[in-house]
Amino acid sequence: MEYLLTNTEWFLNWGRKSSIWYLLFASACCGIELMQAGGPRTDLDRFGAVPRATPRQADLLIVAGTITYKMAERVRLLYEQMAEPRYVIAMGSCANCGGLFQGSYSVLKGVDKIVPVDIYLPGCPPRPEALADAILKLQQKMSEEKWLRNLRA
Amino acid sequence: MSEYGFGLVNVVTFLLLALLFVFATLLFGRFVRPRRPALEKNSVYECGERPIGKAWFNFNPRFYIIALIFVAFDVEIAFTFPVAAVFSAWVQSGRAIFAYAELAAFLVILIVGLAYVWRKGDLDWLKRLDHDIEALEAKGEHGIPPDKH
Repeated sequence: MEYLLTNTEWFLNWGRKSSIWYLLFASACCGIELMQAGGPRTDLDRFGAVPRATPRQADLLIVAGTITYKMAERVRLLYEQMAEPRYVIAMGSCANCGGLFQGSYSVLKGVDKIVPVDIYLPGCPPRPEALADAILKLQQKMSEEKWLRNLRA
Repeated sequence: MSEYGFGLVNVVTFLLLALLFVFATLLFGRFVRPRRPALEKNSVYECGERPIGKAWFNFNPRFYIIALIFVAFDVEIAFTFPVAAVFSAWVQSGRAIFAYAELAAFLVILIVGLAYVWRKGDLDWLKRLDHDIEALEAKGEHGIPPDKH
């Protein structure tokens, strides 16, 4: 039974990690690097990661850029509208902790205040290679998940 | 079985397999995926905005109509300028009347179109929907004669 579960989990996780569809979402200059990461040099497509225009089809929310309090509400709603299992990469210093604009009256000090973050990606902005590395780390995380054994998690 | 009959069997098998694949994958996903409907998840996706009211109501089509009318002027410019560019050459070769008459006929057709949309009130930016007009008529305070809408 353990053997069967492990192999089924491996297979399903392999399928999931090979098709990380991320939501087309960018709020600041990190978005430019995100676009580059989808372009031909870094080519996120080779990991099976393609952008989707709707949260219904997206597995991954890449918060690329500064999030103001006004935008935070939208980010939260977009996260809620994604189907489980869903993941979040906080891309760049602004999404991690407010970054350069930490002292501003209107900027959210880290996107982990509103949504659970799986990968924190440092940089201002991070290079496309760094984003590719974050996707690889996320694949690693996905492949280690034992979610068949605790479906409630 | 004839050659053609065998070919048809291939096609039918292919169709059945295609159908089976679609429904089998959808059914498989039904069993392994988590299903946690929530109020916010079920809400309409409007790029992160919260939708206000219902989407099923009459939209004012003013931009659409203006864009359609613009096509008339656009075509007018696109076909009048080339004629204007070669008009003096046509005058010198003695065919000025022909070019002028053709351009005039073209412009008259477009002007008739403009008169039509003007008469219909499509050039008015502020429009009222039919049920607004009916409501106003019921109260007897409409500004539009009954035969004009």
